[in-house]
Amino acid sequence: MSDQVVELQEITKTYALGSNYIHALKDVNLSIKKGDFLTIMGASGSGKSTLLNLIGCLDTPTKGIIKINNIDISKLDDEQLTAIRRSNIGFIFQQFNLIPTLTALENIELPMVFSKVSEVTRQKKALSLLEQVNLDSKYATHKPYELSGGQQQRVAIARALANSPSLLLADEPTGNLDTKTGREIMELLRFLNLNGTTMVVVTHDPTLMHYSNRNVKLIDGEISNENS
Amino acid sequence: MVKYPMKIVKQPGNIYIQLAKRNLERRVVRTILAAVGIIIGVFAISSMGILGNCLKVSVSNSFEDYSNEIVVYPAGGETSITENQVKQLDKISEIESVLPIYSSGTKIEYKDKSMYGAVYGIENEDLTSLVEIDNGKMLKSSSTGCVIGQELANFLDIKVGGKVTLEDTKLKVTGILKKRGMSPDVSVDNSIFVNPEVYNKIFTDNNKEYDFVVVKAKNVDDVDGVENSVKKILNKKDDKVFLSSVKNMLSGVEDALRYVSLFLMGIGSISLVVASVSILNIMLMSVTERTKEIGIMKAVGASKKDIMKMFVLESLILGIIASFIGGILSLGIVFVITDLILKDVSSLFDRGVFLYIVGGIGFGIITSLTGGVYPALKASKMKPIDSLKYQ
Repeated sequence: MSDQVVELQEITKTYALGSNYIHALKDVNLSIKKGDFLTIMGASGSGKSTLLNLIGCLDTPTKGIIKINNIDISKLDDEQLTAIRRSNIGFIFQQFNLIPTLTALENIELPMVFSKVSEVTRQKKALSLLEQVNLDSKYATHKPYELSGGQQQRVAIARALANSPSLLLADEPTGNLDTKTGREIMELLRFLNLNGTTMVVVTHDPTLMHYSNRNVKLIDGEISNENS
Repeated sequence: MVKYPMKIVKQPGNIYIQLAKRNLERRVVRTILAAVGIIIGVFAISSMGILGNCLKVSVSNSFEDYSNEIVVYPAGGETSITENQVKQLDKISEIESVLPIYSSGTKIEYKDKSMYGAVYGIENEDLTSLVEIDNGKMLKSSSTGCVIGQELANFLDIKVGGKVTLEDTKLKVTGILKKRGMSPDVSVDNSIFVNPEVYNKIFTDNNKEYDFVVVKAKNVDDVDGVENSVKKILNKKDDKVFLSSVKNMLSGVEDALRYVSLFLMGIGSISLVVASVSILNIMLMSVTERTKEIGIMKAVGASKKDIMKMFVLESLILGIIASFIGGILSLGIVFVITDLILKDVSSLFDRGVFLYIVGGIGFGIITSLTGGVYPALKASKMKPIDSLKYQ
């Protein structure tokens, strides 16, 4: 079981909406192994983002057990969840979500600032990550608004990798990019996956399935089928 | 292996401070407006404090010459100080000199003008130790003339050599005295000074007893001791005399001035409280605007403490800069005012001035920090999932 990065058991997530309850997820079982490249497909409202947020420790389930690297996170408090996120999980968002007041390099350094890495180590690592995501070091001092969408997403990926997480989570990583740039970003994610990072990508774009070795489809909060 | 140009890597200091600085710069108008509040508050507190302090120092300085004087008046039922009492005072060792004085008020006439003024009967050598001559000559011991105060001379147009009339007695003016202003012993400017023998001829109902006695201690530090000795000797059974020392009177004045400056500083601190609310306001706005940013930071691993630190630092930096500007400004303006009003800026180099500036700056920084704590706390408590969705 040691290569199990994520383990979901009977996960249910219910939201209260007025006097009604919305079942975003119903009894979801899923396990993700080290080295997996999993795509989660589904229409909007199918619960795929909710699922990603639960795996990413941004949210807690109403029912069920979630284990990240064999730690049950269902009962952890805010600060403990933050610590798990900090050292185990990297996030990639559709809108890149870089901090506008920080330079590209500082954005990459940010997660390491929070994990108290020394300044020198931090900068060295950030520069090597910049190289790893194929971004010229001349962009290091650029602010996010001075970068193209593809460049911003590369910085965001480098940031996600900063604390060497075992798991990368991407929510529609190509959603705000043109086809060619989107393809380049997916190639980069596949490259990172081949180098050992477990990858979970949530998307409604079926072409992204080509990059994954596993794919699950969510319909109305339930996993309808899984194909590898 | 790629060689990185190391100079682009060099960052200007701590990333938290950088973040705070850049966020303040990003909302520059708001930052300046909030800073103005703090600047005014700190300025109000320090300058009021300093002005009060300068006033105190200047009052103390102007009474410095009299600080070893004690005036002995007849107490309650008594109407005068006797010759015998004066002799007893002479025996106290810490006393430098005893100046027994007759005094009363009367109408002073010169040509067709007249005014009411004080008349003092005092030995000529005692008078020399109290007043200075401006024009003409000081009274001699056998002189039957008089010396008069500056204002009296001006009001009645009296020149040296003129003859004033009081109580039907004509007196030749031998000299006009230097202006002395307010003083605790004899009031000089509107008065006439004559020898005791002359005084007793004019005021025949006077039973040759003194109206008050000015006692000069050898040393300022002896004043309390002298007071106690005088009370022990003269007030044995019941109170025959009461004492008024410049030193104790001055401490009363200083107390009053201290309350005045405290009151003014209190008003100043109200403006700082208002400034603190405005910091609270801009920081709350900033937290709301940066909700998504906070969510991102939490997603990539920022703890509550990290977020707190970020926002508190922002109000702290704002507070430090604004408070120092306020402190420096108040020193500058008080310097100008003191120069204009007191014509003497030496009172500014007092330790108290430094304390008021440091105190004002410290108070400014603390209130800015106070204004920043609640917004920072609010930011740190945000749920990452909710803040990430915030648009």
